[in-house]
Amino acid sequence: MKINGRAVEGEVEPRLLLADFIRDNAGLTGTHLGCEHGVCGACTVQLDGHPVRSCLIFAVQAHGHQVATVEGMAPSDSSLNTLQQAFHECHALQCGFCTPGILMTMDAFLREEPDPTPERIRSALGGNLCRCTGYQNIITAVRLAADRLNC
Amino acid sequence: MKTTADRIDPVAINGIGTSPLRKEDWPLVRGEGTFIADFKRPGLVHAFVVRSPLAHAQFPSIDCTATLAAPGVLDVITANELPDRGRPIPTRQFADEGSNRFLQRPLADGVVRYSGEPVAVVIADSRYRAEDAAELLDIDYERLDVVLDPDDAVAANAPLLRPDAGTNVAGHLLVEMGAIDEAFAEADLVIKETFRIQRHAAVPLETRGLLAEYDAETESITVWGAAKIPHVNRTILARLLGWSDESRVRLVELHVGGGFGARGEFYPEDFLIPFAAIRTGRPVAWVEDREENLRATNHSREQVHRVEMALKKDGTFLALKDSFINNTGAYVRTHGMTVPALSVSMLPGPYKWPAYRGEFRSVVTNKTPGGTYRSPGRFEINFVRERLIDIAAHRLGLDPVDIRRRNLIDRTSFPHDLGTLYDGHPVIYDSGDYELLLDKALPAFDYEGLERWRSEPAAGGIRRGLGIGFFVEKAGPAEREYARVELNDKGDVMVYTGAASVGQGVETVLAQICVSHLGLPYERVRVIHGDTALIPEGMGAFGSRATMLGGAAVMRASKQLRKRLLDAAAEELEAAPADLMLSPEGVSVVGAPARSVSLKTLLSTSAGVIIEEHRFVCDLLGFPYGIHVAAVEVDTASGAIRIHRYAVAYDIGRCVNPVLVAGQISGGFAQGIGGALLEEFSFDANGQPMSASFMDYLLPTSEEVPDLEVLITEDAPSPLNPLGVKGAGEGGTAGVGAAIANAVSDALGSEVTRLPLSPQRVVELAGE
Repeated sequence: MKINGRAVEGEVEPRLLLADFIRDNAGLTGTHLGCEHGVCGACTVQLDGHPVRSCLIFAVQAHGHQVATVEGMAPSDSSLNTLQQAFHECHALQCGFCTPGILMTMDAFLREEPDPTPERIRSALGGNLCRCTGYQNIITAVRLAADRLNC
Repeated sequence: MKTTADRIDPVAINGIGTSPLRKEDWPLVRGEGTFIADFKRPGLVHAFVVRSPLAHAQFPSIDCTATLAAPGVLDVITANELPDRGRPIPTRQFADEGSNRFLQRPLADGVVRYSGEPVAVVIADSRYRAEDAAELLDIDYERLDVVLDPDDAVAANAPLLRPDAGTNVAGHLLVEMGAIDEAFAEADLVIKETFRIQRHAAVPLETRGLLAEYDAETESITVWGAAKIPHVNRTILARLLGWSDESRVRLVELHVGGGFGARGEFYPEDFLIPFAAIRTGRPVAWVEDREENLRATNHSREQVHRVEMALKKDGTFLALKDSFINNTGAYVRTHGMTVPALSVSMLPGPYKWPAYRGEFRSVVTNKTPGGTYRSPGRFEINFVRERLIDIAAHRLGLDPVDIRRRNLIDRTSFPHDLGTLYDGHPVIYDSGDYELLLDKALPAFDYEGLERWRSEPAAGGIRRGLGIGFFVEKAGPAEREYARVELNDKGDVMVYTGAASVGQGVETVLAQICVSHLGLPYERVRVIHGDTALIPEGMGAFGSRATMLGGAAVMRASKQLRKRLLDAAAEELEAAPADLMLSPEGVSVVGAPARSVSLKTLLSTSAGVIIEEHRFVCDLLGFPYGIHVAAVEVDTASGAIRIHRYAVAYDIGRCVNPVLVAGQISGGFAQGIGGALLEEFSFDANGQPMSASFMDYLLPTSEEVPDLEVLITEDAPSPLNPLGVKGAGEGGTAGVGAAIANAVSDALGSEVTRLPLSPQRVVELAGE
């Protein structure tokens, strides 16, 4: 499979989760496991551009597909992309454990819906748990990113 | 005369009172954080903790033969393998002789007392294979009778968790002030009510985890994955290992995915994983899965209160009496009696009570052991007291705001000694102006407008309600904190603190405090925490203490450093210290920049670095206070509660970073919503947990947490520390159960006496 544009190969047990493949085989530990049963959304990555829970997919199911993770978002080592920057500026994270999954979910959401209302963002965020922030600043950050991406 | 501190402009350097972008964020938004599951060591092997499937059972032995022979398995550890068959994990707070009979050992030895109790550890070359092999363990469990409900635990003939103790009561405390019987005798009205708060917990989004590595050559162990109180846990681990020299133990904190009271306490695994590393000679990693987390990590909050309140007709409070049972679960863990003791010592809240009598019994039952959760003991009692006051107001026909205002502790009576004790610390409200906060909060939140909204007709089946909750929070102590500030000749500042990060932004806040008193830019400061090898002592991060005590220590060390540096420069430049400016390049005379000396020169005699340390000591607690206002719409058919508006006013003495404080309040509020409406650990009649996944244990999502209005005030700085801060971590949670329950009671005209307000319970209440 390709992860963030880089080909990653491996021979794995059928039961290996995509999340474990990304973390252990590809060494990309930005994708976090919060529940391993598809509720919390921390492990969200994009599979062929669509947000998916990498704890509910086996690695073999991603064979030959394109996977995007949080590590592929920033344009360079010394910069953040628009959405990441907005999270930073709006205090949209505290412990940061859920943040990669939320960024991947919201990145795909903004592609689909580039000019969402706060209510639409709130609803799109409903599948990602955050225990620290109370969500309000995340919604503000996504709206700020939308404004910047649209100008 | 100007002092050197006058030369510092906190706004220009992102100091106290400003909201610079957080120091913590950059790696976290890039996916470059190092949480415990991200951390690896060469030769790493994996542990799986085998847990009891039953809530109460005995097992004569464990047959490990098949497990040991399974592929990839290195070791299996049961109580047989532990020194002294496992030494009891001590309490670190609120120790109590009686409760020592109920301490947990790292592994069950013949008897399990809750579903989820560790009985063995399997070490294998992968977590997958360790779990496979664990299936092969042969354990014959013989069921014992269970006791689950706190009232049942104290009943005659209750099954005993420790027959040798002869009781399920692990702790008991009675506090009494004033002439309670006389006060009740002269009352115009006595309200008597029972309130129940459900078992729920911190549930940080990152589960617990550890990686331990033993160095046979130096006979020392390093444990990564520490949180909250690394130094305290180092002492406990050394003691359980039987090592007298605790410098052989190093605990290291990595990124921590939320704490909220539960993460970072010393659990059985905090002994078992290092012990496995010593036994196997390999680095051993363990990461809790979510099911384990919901069964094994501290639960909290389960209390039943039986309260009586005496009043005069005009609404004047005369006396308050409470007898409650706290369900601490199967064992007394590290917090000892902390939670019920906070409840009993702080129930009086912000009001004058001529007499108060509070009593708790903390009982063991066959449920997961308990500990603290954000606003421990206070979320519970704020619900109890504020509900009781509304019930009284309804009976007397008084306005809920008026009855509170009439009884608030007067602004002239601070410091206000409540007369109670918390873990040896007298509960003396350090400062406050409660009425002023009420006067500010009501107009800020347009309370009059909300009252109008409440009385307007709503759609069919919808009823509107308005509720208020007034409370006093606590901050600190853990009586001391350490800071070391180092400046090198390139102008870089290192701040070492004994406080810890659980994701709250402590690096940012301590850097702001440092620069405000040192006078160098925020960008030049790095904050180091959570490594017992780099920091000689520390009390960590809990109870809203990190800014209060950690901040005060950093402030003093920074001031000392500035003074030393400017005194040296003053001599060099033949100028008064007050006329000098410090910059990352060096020190110069104000108005005469050519008269300057570089840091390189100034620090040339001290190897290019200047260091100052401070240990800040404070025995007393700080008491921030706040008001929650909730306006809700209740659908009497579906039981759904829609929050129309919610607002929190909080006086925290002094606010170091307004954006971070608001973030603490918002996040705390979301957790309070969980506690008021959603979260509940339920058990079946056999003690099986029914809420061991996120499909059954409901954390609030973005759709349940409305936008929050926040008013932060600084009207009552704490006299207990030089910053005046009181800690701001818990007020967002403290009043949610109270305010929501009051609003729902108001909407339904029926008194809420238990949490959570699930749709089913709301429908039942609506039918009453």
